[in-house]
Amino acid sequence: MQQPPAAADVVIETRGLAKRYRGTLAVDGLDLRVPRGSVFGFLGPNGSGKTTTIRMLMGLIAPTAGSARVLGRPMPDAVRTVLPKVGALIEGPALYGFLSGRDNLLRYDAADPTADPRTRRARVGAALDRVGLTAAGGKKAKAYSLGMKQRLGLAAALLQPRELLVLDEPTNGLDPQGMREIRSLVRELAAEGTTVFLSSHLLDEIEQVCTHAAVMARGRLLTQGPVADLSAGTRGRLAVTTPDPADAARVLAGHGVTGLHTEAGRVTGDLPATDPPDLADLNAALVTAGVRVRAFGQERASLEDAFVALTGEGFDVAG
Amino acid sequence: MSRAETAAQPPDAAEAEQAPAPAPRAPRLVWSLGLFRSELVTVFRRWRTLALFAVLAGVPLLVGIAVRIETRDGGSVGGGGPNGGDGPAFIEQVSNNGLFLTFASLAATLPFFLPMAIGVVAGDSVAGEAAGGTLRYLLVAPAGRTRLLLAKYASVLAFCLAATLVVTVSALIVGFALFPVGDVTLLSGTTISLSDGMLRCLLIAVLVAASLIGIGALGLFISTLTDSGIGAMAATVGLLITVQIIDNIPQLHALQPYLFPHYWLSFADILRDPVTWTGIGKNLGLQALYAAVFGSAAWARFTSRDVTA
Repeated sequence: MQQPPAAADVVIETRGLAKRYRGTLAVDGLDLRVPRGSVFGFLGPNGSGKTTTIRMLMGLIAPTAGSARVLGRPMPDAVRTVLPKVGALIEGPALYGFLSGRDNLLRYDAADPTADPRTRRARVGAALDRVGLTAAGGKKAKAYSLGMKQRLGLAAALLQPRELLVLDEPTNGLDPQGMREIRSLVRELAAEGTTVFLSSHLLDEIEQVCTHAAVMARGRLLTQGPVADLSAGTRGRLAVTTPDPADAARVLAGHGVTGLHTEAGRVTGDLPATDPPDLADLNAALVTAGVRVRAFGQERASLEDAFVALTGEGFDVAG
Repeated sequence: MSRAETAAQPPDAAEAEQAPAPAPRAPRLVWSLGLFRSELVTVFRRWRTLALFAVLAGVPLLVGIAVRIETRDGGSVGGGGPNGGDGPAFIEQVSNNGLFLTFASLAATLPFFLPMAIGVVAGDSVAGEAAGGTLRYLLVAPAGRTRLLLAKYASVLAFCLAATLVVTVSALIVGFALFPVGDVTLLSGTTISLSDGMLRCLLIAVLVAASLIGIGALGLFISTLTDSGIGAMAATVGLLITVQIIDNIPQLHALQPYLFPHYWLSFADILRDPVTWTGIGKNLGLQALYAAVFGSAAWARFTSRDVTA
């Protein structure tokens, strides 16, 4: 699909990565390549093995077979040298309810042996500020809403400058405003050169922020590559809104449009794959034929279409 | 000094010798101490820990008040001899000398209250983090599995010492408030000065704390086996009760020298003149053995397990 990038430009690389839980393969022969500097969307229905993969990448669980390299070093062997450069939010935030938000961050920072205790308070303050929690930093974490917990989890991932951020469903539980903020935060971090590995079930979110994406289903990798290539695989449909759908369908069919579908006041169809007609000519032809056109255009193929075409099962939980 | 303190000391020593040497970039030993400090904060700032301390502090108060009421008319408590049968040791001497309330309280809390408190804290140490999901974030920080386990065990040992000191200090305050205090007549009949008695009292407190090293390691090991904090606490406390019962069944005497509570009450030997160290030595040796065996088992388990919680 795309040129395989040189090894130095790959922040995550797995070869035949597999994990077996009690006889069932949760992840099966995964070959994942995440280019440096990308915002990489990791998609898949629930139970497709995304979180298991992330856990293997973070050295929390050992693979049954295959290998994983993060920032060019093997995991889980190089955990202590790699992970200080990686910020992670895995399967939702986890906090000490009896500690304040600020104290939670102080504890996570203290757990990192490469974190300088002299700058700890300042870095914790900056991380709180970055996720908009400065005012709530002194409150006990058990009083936080889900969205605030999510933000605090993100703050923990941002305690140090990171080369790679692994964010598992980062907008879970956030209100629309919060989602927007997270998206802009992700873009900001990517602009600073941080590679962001983002798993999400919100396809339009991936589409809005990601440069690359991979799709998993039933433990296997279905596809990976630049987002534009993925959605280009599925073609958009032509849509005409008109009070004269029958006439419109006849004219469109005459110009080679196939798969016509007529509903009240609207006709959709697929443009021919080879030598498609100019849309302007098509519109002119409709008007010339006396079809009154209210709206005319090609609906962009969304990642969702690509996703459904690939997994063929929408978001049903894999059995 | 107690094991709890010696366990805390190597990092201190490391801090002293590492501090002047500038080591840019590479993780510094001093910085590693931060995790232990953070561990202490998380253990001691929980309401649960404070509640345990409150219960432990309450025991000397209850014993003291009971003895005070019993002996109001000048009678003495209980009927047993000095090494007395079923009742807590030293209780008869309390009304004559308040200092004995510390010995009586430690003897009363050592079989169950103290090890139960340790069982709760040690059992929850790893499993509680796993249950709360915080374990995965500590590990990706990355705390390092060995380092995290060492910090956990060090904080458990610090808790052993703190719990014992809570009982001791509470007993001292209650004893001095409710009863006459003076020269101490030892079990062997010799009399020593009060200040000498206080020193021996401190030594006993440290020995009692050291007696809890074994159950601490056992609890830590159980804690690495499960993702349920409550389960690990219950298993540790259940095991303690079982072992205490086995230790009291005469037919199982062949097993008893290997049970961690078997030599616990050897601390009374400090109150003899001269002090006999045999029992105390056996106790400390047994605790060290438990710490080595279950500490290694916990390490082997924790460094190889999948963290899925």
